[in-house]
Amino acid sequence: MDDTERRLADLHAMWRIRALEEKIRELRIGGEEIVGSVHLCIGQEAGPVGACTELGPDDALFATYRGHGWALARGVPAEGIIAECAGRATGVNGGRGGSAYFTAPEHGFHGENSIVGAGLPIAVGAALAGRFDGAGRVAMTVCGDGALNQGASHEALNMAAAFRLPVVFVCENNYWSELTPIDEMVGEPELWRRAAGYGMAGARVDGNDPDAVRAAVREAVERGRSGGGPTLLELMTQRLVGHYIGDVEQYRRPGELDRAREAEPIARLTGELEAAGVPAAAVEDARSRARAEIERAAAAALAAPLADPETAKDHVYA
Amino acid sequence: MPETTQRPAAEAPVAETRKLKYGEAVNAALARLLAEVPDSLLYGEDVGKPGGVFGVTRGLRRRFGDRVFDTPISEAAILGSAVGAALMGARPIVEIMWADFSLVALDQLVNQAANARYVSRGAAPAPIVVRTQQGNAPGACAQHSQSLEALLLHVPGLRLAMPRTAQDAHDVLVAAVHADDPVIVVENRSLYFGDKAEVDLGGAPRPMGWSHLRRAGRDVTVVSWGAVAGQALAAAESLAARGVEAEVLELTWLNPVDMDAVLASAARTRRLAVVHEANVTGGFGAEIVARVAEAGIGLDAAPVRIGAPDVRIPAAPGLAAAVLPAAGPIAARIAAMTTA
Repeated sequence: MDDTERRLADLHAMWRIRALEEKIRELRIGGEEIVGSVHLCIGQEAGPVGACTELGPDDALFATYRGHGWALARGVPAEGIIAECAGRATGVNGGRGGSAYFTAPEHGFHGENSIVGAGLPIAVGAALAGRFDGAGRVAMTVCGDGALNQGASHEALNMAAAFRLPVVFVCENNYWSELTPIDEMVGEPELWRRAAGYGMAGARVDGNDPDAVRAAVREAVERGRSGGGPTLLELMTQRLVGHYIGDVEQYRRPGELDRAREAEPIARLTGELEAAGVPAAAVEDARSRARAEIERAAAAALAAPLADPETAKDHVYA
Repeated sequence: MPETTQRPAAEAPVAETRKLKYGEAVNAALARLLAEVPDSLLYGEDVGKPGGVFGVTRGLRRRFGDRVFDTPISEAAILGSAVGAALMGARPIVEIMWADFSLVALDQLVNQAANARYVSRGAAPAPIVVRTQQGNAPGACAQHSQSLEALLLHVPGLRLAMPRTAQDAHDVLVAAVHADDPVIVVENRSLYFGDKAEVDLGGAPRPMGWSHLRRAGRDVTVVSWGAVAGQALAAAESLAARGVEAEVLELTWLNPVDMDAVLASAARTRRLAVVHEANVTGGFGAEIVARVAEAGIGLDAAPVRIGAPDVRIPAAPGLAAAVLPAAGPIAARIAAMTTA
């Protein structure tokens, strides 16, 4: 794949996530197909697109409740994601997980998580198991900037470093810990610097550039696989939407969203491709194919039956 | 932690009976499990090289190598990593040194381990085994003496056992590691160094949920669990001398709980007392009483809950003795209800 092809593939992959999120938002606001709390990652598409290409089938990815994009980039079908959000029997978890708790181990996607920071120690365990089962597994866990202030996160970072486990800790720093700015909640706003304190590698990465993310993740995955231990990556990005659908975003700072829209990954890569002379039709094709796929997936998802209430009590115990 | 390791081959359990203390029976069960379950791992604070603060895991690292290891003092990382390892197919057995310490990491038990099977419809269960110990011993303080089983029993998705005898301490662990649910085994440190008893170390894994009829009697059903069940049994023996025949049912497992045995006994005796070391309010004894009532079993006397009063557990042995259930006061309460 040459450089232009790869960048077009990235654009298409980011458009798939953007189209999925916009469709989910439409269904959440416009009707009753999707109810409840939904956390979108619009503006943060470069992270999952750049990172997931570096994971192998045996690697384990753990995401957060803002994880639709990570699930899609890891290979979870859009139809299963939308169906799950809409409480369908065909959802990836048959309606038990909802927007915030997809789990699809068959795709190496071992769960979103609604508890801030909880995925970090779980990923440590996935890497730990790899010491014994011979899978050569790398575990990647994604969290937000606020999650790094959870106690469980500190414990996980320390244990991974102490045991030199192959874990890639990906922090998506979108500046907002839910509704509160991260820079008011930490003494050192460069979160990647914490890595040194734990004795692990760390880096701050342009999180709106899928290629920069890919390069950093590749290095971290190789480090983990070769016994070099964990890595903390801080992806600098921004969400163009609220913490959840319905968030009135009164906390936004003047001019913030305007600047964020200029830096957001899809507009940026589109502009770069156009400036490089890539035909407009190729750029448009990346967008239109993604939108068409998501429309088909949504139609199929919403045509599926609702999850059967008769099954609501199944699977509590073995 | 090692840099590399390899999975051992399974070893069949050896048919053997030995005289062991409670703590030694736990050790023997762990050794058996590490031998017969190749995916099992054993870790926690000080369990590896030091062999545990109570010596319960002594010798296991020497025998099983890297699969037995020490961790940072990080309960969330211990429990969370157990969940993650289990999701990958490992069989982690982790120790939370004191039950009180589980409270700093309850998220990983309640929100994570208990949830994994349900949301994934069985595709991604987290069959972890958590060993911990609770109870009061002389000189312990309020943060090392709590009986916390009711907190965890409120959570759908978790299993919980509280073995009292050496045989049960062994059998519960074997059942737990061979089960596909997250299981919390609550040992009691006041039992670790008690008398030796014959323990069968080779029995097949049993399904969870057994109980023991420790003493048959026609006048009252006494349901108890954990170390204090020994006090309930002693109370029943003393009552026999006064002409009151108490039936003592000891629950080894609280989830799954052997309600059939409880209901059958209560229906026979038509009197019910529950005895636990935990304080009364919100205790699992209330659940037992409620289930007997819901089953429509008519009782000839109001049921009685015997436990610690709703206090913190004091450090001084004399103060602790004043609040913890003991055979004498238990017998007095039961005698009062049988003559009512």
